[in-house]
Amino acid sequence: MITTTGLTKVYESRGRQVTALDGVDLHVREGEVFGVIGQSGAGKSSLIRCVNLLERPTSGTVTVDGTDLTALAGRGRRANKDLRRARSRIGMVFQHFNLLSSRTVKDNVELPLEILGVSGADRSRRALELLDLVGLADKARAYPGQLSGGQKQRVGIARALAGNPKVLLSDEATSALDPETTRSILQLLRDLNRQLGLTVLLITHEMDVVKQICDSAALMKKGRVVESGTVAELLATPGSELAHELFPVTGDASGPGSTVLDVTFHGEAATQPVISQLSRTYNIDISILGAAMDTVGGRQIGRMRIELPGPYEENVVPIGFLREQGLQAELVAPDADADAGAGAGADADADAEADADADVQEKAAVPAQNAPKLVKEIAK
Amino acid sequence: MSWSEMQPLLTQGTIDTLYMVLWATVVSVIGGLPIGVLLVLTDKGGLLQNTVVNKVVGAIVNIGRSLPFIILLVALIPFTTLVVGTFIGPTAMIVPLAIGAIPFFARLVETAIREVDHGLVEAVQSMGGSIPTIIRKVLLPQALPSLVSAVTTTVIVLIGYSALAGAVGGEGLGAKVITYGYQRFDTQFMLVTVVVLIVIVTVVQLVGDGIVRLLARRGRTAS
Repeated sequence: MITTTGLTKVYESRGRQVTALDGVDLHVREGEVFGVIGQSGAGKSSLIRCVNLLERPTSGTVTVDGTDLTALAGRGRRANKDLRRARSRIGMVFQHFNLLSSRTVKDNVELPLEILGVSGADRSRRALELLDLVGLADKARAYPGQLSGGQKQRVGIARALAGNPKVLLSDEATSALDPETTRSILQLLRDLNRQLGLTVLLITHEMDVVKQICDSAALMKKGRVVESGTVAELLATPGSELAHELFPVTGDASGPGSTVLDVTFHGEAATQPVISQLSRTYNIDISILGAAMDTVGGRQIGRMRIELPGPYEENVVPIGFLREQGLQAELVAPDADADAGAGAGADADADAEADADADVQEKAAVPAQNAPKLVKEIAK
Repeated sequence: MSWSEMQPLLTQGTIDTLYMVLWATVVSVIGGLPIGVLLVLTDKGGLLQNTVVNKVVGAIVNIGRSLPFIILLVALIPFTTLVVGTFIGPTAMIVPLAIGAIPFFARLVETAIREVDHGLVEAVQSMGGSIPTIIRKVLLPQALPSLVSAVTTTVIVLIGYSALAGAVGGEGLGAKVITYGYQRFDTQFMLVTVVVLIVIVTVVQLVGDGIVRLLARRGRTAS
C-alpha cells in the first residue's frame, strides 16, 4: 500500500548538510497497522512527511496505493493539482491535532470536503456520520477550544477520514495525550483499521503504541530503518532490538560459571509447561531471573530469562530441547550483563543524547556499540 | 465663540473626519491586506518563498512607513489631483490618507498572519488544499481577531493623520481646530474639539475591542 525506496532527505541549514533520512526502504501492506518507532531525531517525522510529500525527499520514491507520488509531484516546489488530489486520498492526524479554532467541530470535519468540492448538504451529512463514527455526534456544534485532548484527536481522526482515504498517516497522534486517552484513541484507530480496511502508518516514540495496535513495526535510528517486519517475525528474530524493547527482561546471573538464556514463548509453546519438563528431563535446577507475559498485536507472548548451572558447553542438550519445543532460546553473554555491559549501556545512552541534541545526525553508519547484549546465537 | 456658533462647525468637522477616515480605512484594508499576506508567503520558509519579491515589497513598505505624513501629503498633491481632480477637500484627502496607511496596515497584517500556527497550514496541505485555499480557509479566518485589532489601530492612526490633513487643505475636525482654535487663539473651541476627538477615538477602540473579544470567545465558551 505504501512503499518507499531509497528515500533520502538532506536538509541544508546554514551551509551544513544534515541527513534526516538515509535510504529508507519501507513496505506497508494493505490493511495493516504499521508502526515506525525511534527516538526524537531518528528521522521518523521526516519519513511520515515524505509519504504525502509535505516534505520533498531529496531522492528516492514514494508509492501510495499504486501511485508514484514523487513522479506525480514533478520538480516544482509547490504542490501541483495531481499531487493535491493524491494527498486528499491520504488522511493525516497530528500530535497537536491542528484543528481550526475558528471553526466548529463539524465545520472542521467538513474542511477536507470543501476542498474536494462536495456540496453543502452532502458535506453536512458526511461530517455528522464521521462524528458519529468517532463517538462525538453530540459535539458537532462545539468549538475545538471546548474539547479535551482526546476529543480533539477524535475530531482530527474524523477529519482525516472525510475524504474516504485508504491510508491514514498518524504523526505521534497520541504523544500529547495521557495514557488512558492514548489507549482509547489507539483502540479507535484499531477499530477503524478493521472496519474500514484502513491502512495505518504511524510514527511514535512509545513502545506501548506498537505493542497495542501494530501488526508490523520498524525501528529507526539515525535516518535508517534498522529493523522491520511483522511483530511475530520480529519476536522470532534472534537479537532483535525491537523484540527486546517490546519485551524487556532483565536479571543478573547469580554467579560466574552459569548459563543465562532468554527464552521467548509464542503460539502453542506458550501454553506448554516447558520449563518444568526441562528440569525433570535433564535433572537440572533452573532459576528464573526475570519474566514477562503480554499481548502483542492480539497474540499472547512471553519472555523469560533463566539460568542453568554450568557453562554453555554443558547445556547444549537442554538448550536444544527448548528449541525443539518451538521456543526461542538466546544465550545472554555472561560478561555483557556485568561490567562490560554497564560500559556499553552508558555509551549507548551518551549516543542517544547526542542524537537528540543534533536533532538529525549527520550521516553515520549504524554503530556496533549499539548492538544488543545478545552476542551469540546458539547454533542449532 | 458661543456654543451655538461652535455646534455647526463641530458637526460638519466630525462628518468630514469620519468620511475621510472611513474611506481611507476601506482603501487601506483592500490595499494592505494582500501586501501583508504576500510578505508572509514570500518570506523565507513561506509557501511562495521568493526572496526578491519579499525584499522589494518590504523595502517599499518601509519607505512608505518612514516618510513623515505631512511630507507624503505634499508630495502626493500631483497624484491626488490626477485621481480626484483636486487636492483640497475631504474626498481628495482620502488618497494621501490611504497611501499613508497602507504600509502601516500591511505590517500589522503580516504580524497577524505570522501568528497562525504552521501546523494548521500543514493540515490543510495534507488534505490537498491549494495556496488560495490555505489563505482563505486558514490564514485569514484564524488571524481574524488580530486583523480586527489591526483595523482598529489603523482607524485611530488615520484619525490622527486626518487632523494633520487639515493643515494642507483638508476638511474635518483637524482643519477646524487649526483655523479656529490655533489661528484665532480660541482655546475653548480647541478644547471642545479635542474632547470630541477623544470621544471618537475611544468609541472606535471600544467597538474594535468588543468585536475582537466576541471573535476570541468563540473558541472557548459555549456557543
